[in-house]
Amino acid sequence: MLSRVADSIYWLNRYVERAENVARFVEVNLNLLLDSPNVMTQQWEPIILTTGDLALFRKRHGEATAEKVVQFLSFDAAYPNSIVSCLRAARENARSIREVISSEMWQQVNSFYLMVTDVANSGSLQDLAAVLKFFDEVKLQSHLFAGVMDATMTHNEGWHFGQIGRLIERADKTARILDVKYYILLPSVNYVGSTLDELQWMALLKSASAYEMYRKQGGHRISPNQVASFLILDTEFPRSVRYCILEAERSLHHITGTPIGSWRIPVERTMGRVRADLDYITIEEIFEIGLHEYLDGLQSRMNEVGDKIFETFFALQPVA
Amino acid sequence: MNFNDYDPGNFYDELFIRQGEPRTEAIPLINRLNSLGMPEVLRRQQAAQIALFKLGVTFNVYSDDQGTERILPFDIIPRIVSADDWEILERGLKQRIHALNLFLADIYSAQKILKDKIIPAEIVFSASGFLKPCMGLEPPEGIWCHITGTDLVRDRDGQWYVLEDNLRCPSGVSYVLENRRVMKSTFPLVFDTMQIQPVEEYPSQLLETLLNLAPAHLIDPTVVVLSPGIYNSAYFEHSYLAQQMGVQLVEGRDLVVADGFLQMRTTRGLQRVDVIYRRIDDDFIDPTVFRADSMLGVPGLMEVYRAGRVAIANALGTGVADDKVIYSYVPAMIRYYLNEEPILANVPTYLCWEPSQQAHVLANLDQLVVKSAGESGGYGMLIGPHATQAERDAFAEKIKTFPRNYIAQPTLCLSRVPSLIEGNFEGCHVDLRPYILYSKQIFVNPGGLTRVALRRGSLVVNSSQGGGSKDTWVVCK
Repeated sequence: MLSRVADSIYWLNRYVERAENVARFVEVNLNLLLDSPNVMTQQWEPIILTTGDLALFRKRHGEATAEKVVQFLSFDAAYPNSIVSCLRAARENARSIREVISSEMWQQVNSFYLMVTDVANSGSLQDLAAVLKFFDEVKLQSHLFAGVMDATMTHNEGWHFGQIGRLIERADKTARILDVKYYILLPSVNYVGSTLDELQWMALLKSASAYEMYRKQGGHRISPNQVASFLILDTEFPRSVRYCILEAERSLHHITGTPIGSWRIPVERTMGRVRADLDYITIEEIFEIGLHEYLDGLQSRMNEVGDKIFETFFALQPVA
Repeated sequence: MNFNDYDPGNFYDELFIRQGEPRTEAIPLINRLNSLGMPEVLRRQQAAQIALFKLGVTFNVYSDDQGTERILPFDIIPRIVSADDWEILERGLKQRIHALNLFLADIYSAQKILKDKIIPAEIVFSASGFLKPCMGLEPPEGIWCHITGTDLVRDRDGQWYVLEDNLRCPSGVSYVLENRRVMKSTFPLVFDTMQIQPVEEYPSQLLETLLNLAPAHLIDPTVVVLSPGIYNSAYFEHSYLAQQMGVQLVEGRDLVVADGFLQMRTTRGLQRVDVIYRRIDDDFIDPTVFRADSMLGVPGLMEVYRAGRVAIANALGTGVADDKVIYSYVPAMIRYYLNEEPILANVPTYLCWEPSQQAHVLANLDQLVVKSAGESGGYGMLIGPHATQAERDAFAEKIKTFPRNYIAQPTLCLSRVPSLIEGNFEGCHVDLRPYILYSKQIFVNPGGLTRVALRRGSLVVNSSQGGGSKDTWVVCK
């Protein structure tokens, strides 16, 4: 498969997944605020922090308010990680590989894009109900895309590149969501164990669609340890970091043909190391390292995997 | 409103002989439209537009800064071509392509037609599409113009004319295929009663045409479609054709010349390419030979091509025949190479480089259409009767300064087809672009793109100038 095509299908999936996760962060925070007593002043800055673009936000919008944050993360066309920018990028990528993906996938990403630009242009997000409905729709459209891709495209090399893109993006965002909760807690150690604290952990689970699944796998209590463990180390929940990395590794080895558990090329080794670390680390060890420090390290290692994928498959240079 | 009230006016109408009297081949369609009633027809029109938009059947407009795509406006009232008309068109197009191909092979080798003074040599050498580096080129099977989209028009008396031969990279065939797909769900019953020739064979025929160019010893040759990328106005079509043929769509940056062959960069290393269906112009194909500033082509491609290690469709250098001055000599080519009389007529053409004809053109600018010899797509032209005196004066200056660059033709009164304009049936001017493939035989896809000027009274059908399209139904005998 053409390197450029593999690159585009990888980014198509990353951008769709990114848009979905942006919707998740914001939606959950909105919900959380509805539940919060007045003492909790608006916690909007951490949301921007999750995206890693706080500096840019401050420069463009100043103080973080609900309205500004929703506008920035959803519709700011000049901000490359806003939902509308993600969809534009996803669609551009899809457009350049229309003959490779299924027409259903193209139609889905196209109507997703049209839905988002319609809302962006109508400026209709005045009341909270409309905002929540919009984020719901973004999540749904993203799920539709993943489902359509799974059900209509041959699970060939290109499909696996798409999977890797989606899974790496998802692992990264789950890690970020968890990291931000840690950040919110820092100034208010007093809250630990309070009702408010539990509400926040619940909100966190919900933002990863993990609340119900967390309960089902026997998490009667909502404790920081167990929640973090579920979101980082669970092997079956599809948004946990470990699950994503396991699946991404499987796709990578599908592409290269190297048996899992061994490596021939550097990218397999980098990916295998991240996966092995997640296989053998315990949540206690993670808290010993410090949750924030651990997640930070994990994210840079996942970035390294992304870079290696680029070097190995997308940036082929002929021998001069 | 009833379709029988439609007044074709003082024009040649493709569906009606006169008010209330449809042409024989159009009767089943008109009956069906009448039984559906206008509100239902309009609903179907809207559904068809939505379907095309969702399919992403779009084009880009160069002058539009935002680079946004639009769908080509689509009108669901089809244009119908009778079996008798089609029989003549098919024969005429085959004859014309045959002669043009012989012309291309000739001027890039022995140049007999120039030596015999049928066409002035300086006209050919001064054509921007004439490429010196192609001299001595021997494309596989002697075929130069594999894919042609000839523009035909009909005058007020119903007479067919060839308006342009597009031998470089004619676009629009994807609309033919997608329009047909949408039309089948728009008027399923009519398709059932009328015997309409299918157009769906085109992608398979195109693939055959391309495979025919690969060396015979290759069991599984690699065919690619070469596109300038997603910002090109016809990108949708490039992608669509690649998809329909099941071949790779590549851009210049995907390709590289290595080990004497053309190769593409894949996730598993370099892979050889055997046949290119190129959708970029000659000038851009190899920056080391043609335009040095081209980012779209592949450095070194020409050398590989000349060595016969990759085949290109259409061959490089075919653009010379798109020159509108050379166009005027096609009837002469047909007589010269085939010793036959042309079946299809050219539009009478005045050549401004000939002093007597130039004088006539300058004296009659208000009645003529002046076209720039090297441009296409409705760019660089003057429609005399619709232009202001200032515009005509400006053009007269240009003609006097660069006479070789201009030709003039009488303003034809293009035939019309009723179309849906603001909820009514109104006659709109149309042209027709059939697609012709030259492989072992010459194949004319039955039908083609009917472009329609949807602005009231407009004669310009180009998509870049506000035109739309219609499905073209060729009725079986």
